[in-house]
Amino acid sequence: MRRLAKTSASVMLALPLAGCDGSQSALDAHGASAIELKQLIIVIVAVCSVVWMLVMVALIGALWRNRPALRPPASPSAERRMTIATIAAVVATTIIISGFTVMSFIATRALAVAGNHDLTIRVRGLQWWWSVEYLGTSAERFETANEIHIPVGRNVRLKLEGVDVIHSFWVPSLAGKQDLVPGRNNELTIRAERVGIYRGQCAEYCGMQHAHMALLVVADSQDDFDKWAAAQRQAANPPAEEELAAGRQTFLAKPCAACHTIRGTDASGKTGPDLTHVGSRRTIAAGLFETTRGSLAAWIADPQTIKPGNNMPVVPLTPDELRSVSAYMASLK
Amino acid sequence: MTADAAPDTRDADVERTHLTCTLAETWKTPAGFWGALSTVDHKIIGRRYIFTAFVFLALGGVLAALMRIQLAQPEARLLGPDRYNQIFTMHGANMMFLFAVPVMEAMAVYLVPLMVGTRNIAFPRLNAFSYWIYLAGGALLWIAFALDMGPDVGWFAYVPLSGPQYGAGKRADIWAQMITFTELSALAVAVELVVTIFKQRAPGMTLDRIPVFVWAMLVTSFLVIMAMPAIMVASTSLILDRLVGTHLFNPAEGGDVLLWQHLFWFFGHPEVYIIFLPAAGMVSTMIEPFARRPAFGYLALVMALIATGILSFGLWVHHMFVAGLPRLGESFFTASSMTIAIPAGIQVFCWLATLWDGTLVFKTPLLFIIGFIVTFVIGGLTGVMVASVPFDTQVHDTYFVVAHFHYVLVGGAVFPLLGAIHYWFPKLTGRMMSETLGQWSFWLIFIGFNATFFPMHILGLQGMPRRIYTYQPDLAWHGMNLFVSLSAAVLIAGFLLFFVNALRSARYGEPASDNPWDAPTLEWATASPPPSYNFAMIPVVSGAQPLWNVEGALPVAEGLRTDRRELVVTSLAAAEPQTREASPRHSIWPLWAALATTVMLIWSIFSPWAVVWGSIPIAVTLIGWFWPKGTPEDES
Ligand code: HEM
Ligand SMILES: [Cu+2]
Repeated sequence: MRRLAKTSASVMLALPLAGCDGSQSALDAHGASAIELKQLIIVIVAVCSVVWMLVMVALIGALWRNRPALRPPASPSAERRMTIATIAAVVATTIIISGFTVMSFIATRALAVAGNHDLTIRVRGLQWWWSVEYLGTSAERFETANEIHIPVGRNVRLKLEGVDVIHSFWVPSLAGKQDLVPGRNNELTIRAERVGIYRGQCAEYCGMQHAHMALLVVADSQDDFDKWAAAQRQAANPPAEEELAAGRQTFLAKPCAACHTIRGTDASGKTGPDLTHVGSRRTIAAGLFETTRGSLAAWIADPQTIKPGNNMPVVPLTPDELRSVSAYMASLK
Repeated sequence: MTADAAPDTRDADVERTHLTCTLAETWKTPAGFWGALSTVDHKIIGRRYIFTAFVFLALGGVLAALMRIQLAQPEARLLGPDRYNQIFTMHGANMMFLFAVPVMEAMAVYLVPLMVGTRNIAFPRLNAFSYWIYLAGGALLWIAFALDMGPDVGWFAYVPLSGPQYGAGKRADIWAQMITFTELSALAVAVELVVTIFKQRAPGMTLDRIPVFVWAMLVTSFLVIMAMPAIMVASTSLILDRLVGTHLFNPAEGGDVLLWQHLFWFFGHPEVYIIFLPAAGMVSTMIEPFARRPAFGYLALVMALIATGILSFGLWVHHMFVAGLPRLGESFFTASSMTIAIPAGIQVFCWLATLWDGTLVFKTPLLFIIGFIVTFVIGGLTGVMVASVPFDTQVHDTYFVVAHFHYVLVGGAVFPLLGAIHYWFPKLTGRMMSETLGQWSFWLIFIGFNATFFPMHILGLQGMPRRIYTYQPDLAWHGMNLFVSLSAAVLIAGFLLFFVNALRSARYGEPASDNPWDAPTLEWATASPPPSYNFAMIPVVSGAQPLWNVEGALPVAEGLRTDRRELVVTSLAAAEPQTREASPRHSIWPLWAALATTVMLIWSIFSPWAVVWGSIPIAVTLIGWFWPKGTPEDES
């Protein structure tokens, strides 16, 4: 019975599944809890589909019977039979929802005892980007933004903090969502079962640019992850070329440094994302563009047209300054 | 009162034509502009209420169309984020507070007094007041939107986004005050309905003979009365935070962000049933004439309404499953949310049994009932899905939920409502709606609706969050979004056809007889549309289907005075006549009181002192309202 339910559900869900190798989908599950949730979803959807079809059969039966040629003669026992049928249906409903309740309870418990954590990351939600801080000893700590790297097959604990308004951390291919609520400490454990890049997006309406508050979770092998983390811990590369040095100079002289940090320089602003290794991240502006020199230049030249309302002001730059600053940004691997 | 009417003229003493003339004179609304503003006739106010609510439906539909055009393609530029956010907030707030709840109250204002066989609603002046307040609240919201001051914080306005630090300008205040207006008017109507249903039923209409729609409105009215304090506290606290600088919701100062969510949803969840229960009642009542038999399981239907009403107060946390509350508590709310499927199921099974055993008459209202069963069951089942905590962690705040609540709100409440408009249109206007256009609009709406909203379930599972003004082209959503937007055009065409049909039929429709559907309830025992006094003689009820239970004319009660407005007051359970009660005459003061209240409420968006100074004109208008004028109604 359960297998039957499962197969019919997979047929039903085949349409959406076929259409997406998209990295942001609850149906494309590659995290421990997302896989568990997907199973639960399939079973519940399958059972509900069957229930709906039975109701439709009863409805169509009622309409069909009513063709004048088929109309049955009124019978005194009809009322009694209908009472019995109704009671049976109510009992069946009760059994099904009790089953769902128990299943949900078991699934919730399974998700809650996720075991030890190999890594703890603080994720802070701000209007409209994610600050990511790897916790540990002071030598191990480092900060980045909008992109979280995790070792595959490991339990990673996310400490979720809402800084301004409520946001919600949701990477559907890995796990269900969890809100970041100012004044509360929420947590979420994720574990990727497969190497890959998983997109996520803020799921709680958080104001003007809620639509553009995405992030990537990059699940790597332990080796790759360690290499990446070691590189991230470093301060920024000192500029090797003249243009890059000029870019850095502009960055430090202009208001940029008031809001952004570049470790290894005097820039230590906290309002915006840490830019120490911005060039190594796949996207800028919380998932808006792929990181290239061009997209960096476009963003710096006019962030308010690209992402209206965001908290980065337009910093007036000459064309030369713009060119060198964006080159410098791109070089921060 | 005509001059020649003797001081104590009773209806039984006069012959029929004279009786109706005298009653018409006693109950009439004065002609002209002032008459229209001062009327307290529940039928005139009810029609106005219904019409206004449908205007808001159309406006909300325009906003929905704009959203769907914007979302048809990735990175569309039709609307910027600021406009889009106002539009989705306006759409939600407008549909919930200005359309769905008021339209159900409005139908009840018109129908309940007729269905229970009385001459006017209880507290008719309060009824007039409630309409004006509702109109003012709606106007406030829409004028603010036109001035680019429309709220942009979502229809549930979560803090801190709607709080003083992040909700700039007056936008969130407009939202909060619009709530106050609509709640005030809903509360007034709820009180009127409870009293009308408890004390003004026709003699013989015992508890087990009350039409199911009337039962539904009784339960709904109690929900309104009990859910209201929570939202009043919430919106007032929000205004205090924003205006006076309290920190009730500010975590930095020891306030609590989740307190808002608890308060809001303690009201907000019953709110959904405030919309759905009347619709369910309409179905149970309308199904009788179209299945040509009494609804199967009257007792079960009524008990299901009451059970839903009670359970609806135990579910609010299921809107907060991902906010980080303790898991054990959440599991309790999974269980309680699941149980509400039982009364819903009972009703569906009773309707199916009625259809099964009935002799069906396939007219537009029945089509809407069938369409309702098909879609509402889907909405109910997805409701069971989101009630499961783990399931919900994947679909909460996604398009899956958008699909779910439109299945219950549109499929579960708007479909029955449209059926009800077709059904009661003759009673509202004296004319029939076109059956051909009605069937066309049904099919367009039914197909358009499902094609629009079903794919949204899949979009949600594919990771599309709700309340986003655009999405990027590399996400796998654009094909389905385009399909959804095209289907929305079909849906909107269906609604347009419905509006055309209603407006045309109101003028040119075929004139209706008293009881064109051969229906069993009391509103069909009087003319279409009913005269100002509803019934020349108060009917006496001897069964649950009064017009089917007796051959020929209904028995009537006698003894009411004709020279002044009088109603029969009956006992709560057995509906035995107790006394005659005077019913107030028309008055302009409810309008002045509503205006004074409006000034105070809008002013208080800008200054807390408005509450002090603004209450003076309100007191003056209330004195005017209750000032004895020496009419016969005052004397008694
Ligand atoms: C023409 C028919 C309709 C269409 C095409 C439509 C479309 C939509 C869409 C696309 C959204 C999502 C906006 C977003 O998340 O960005 C939405 C939200 C909503 N709709 Fe509708 N809708 C329709 C009718 C209704 C009706 C009749 C009701 C209520 C009775 C309703 C109640 C709501 C509510 C409460 C929201 C949530 C707003 C929020 O997130 O704050 N809609 N609608
Ligand atoms: Cu957000």
